[in-house]
Amino acid sequence: MILFLIGLISGIISGMGIGGGAILIPALVLFVNPGQHTAQSVNLLFFIPTAVIALIIHIRNKRVDLKMALPIIISGLGGAILGSRLAFSLAGSSLKKWFGVFLLAMGIYEMFRKGKHKTGKNEQSYSHKHP
Amino acid sequence: MKRKTDLSRLVKSVIIGLITGTANGLFGSGGGTIAVPAMVLVLGADEHKAHATAISIILPLTVLSAVFYISNNFVDWNLTFKVVLGGIAGGFLGAKLLNVCPENILRKVFAVFMIIAAVRMIAY
Repeated sequence: MILFLIGLISGIISGMGIGGGAILIPALVLFVNPGQHTAQSVNLLFFIPTAVIALIIHIRNKRVDLKMALPIIISGLGGAILGSRLAFSLAGSSLKKWFGVFLLAMGIYEMFRKGKHKTGKNEQSYSHKHP
Repeated sequence: MKRKTDLSRLVKSVIIGLITGTANGLFGSGGGTIAVPAMVLVLGADEHKAHATAISIILPLTVLSAVFYISNNFVDWNLTFKVVLGGIAGGFLGAKLLNVCPENILRKVFAVFMIIAAVRMIAY
């Protein structure tokens, strides 16, 4: 039941554009304790089906800029190999601490960033397009 | 001149990819948190396009990282299945909840949770 609840809350916030992992991984580690690596694997697998559906919709609506994405994807695949190997070389207890540092940075960023529609610059550019 | 700006854009893109991919593999998350603001601030992308484009970037990276985690036996399928079931329900519920509860307040609540959880993970 707790697993379903953790998934439920993470599913709700994934739709808000905060990575679901920012809730899913710490909630699993603190309440279920399956090990840091396994908690992270849950988040990776959790993301795939929802991302496939979202991506199909975004491609149909022509919101995906593949020209911009391609070089990022190619170097990103290299980074994913590097990052995964680094994760496997660490013990769960130290990976958990590094994750904590990363989460703290994300939390502080989320706390102090402004809402989506509050930046004057964006509003100005929109009003130019739609006078 | 054009060639020079193209090259610097390519170098910036490669660096964004490396950082995004490394975080994705190392922490199993956070790719979008890095890629979206990086594309907006460094590459000057439109925010809506950046969100959609980020998914096209993070999906292949996540599939690759997941393959590594599976082949290193870090996956608990039974646990994953239950969490994913909850996640599907949450996705539907979230769309309805956003109409009732203001997003900015929800975001701050989650930010507080993230900071408290982070401190516990570092300290314990």
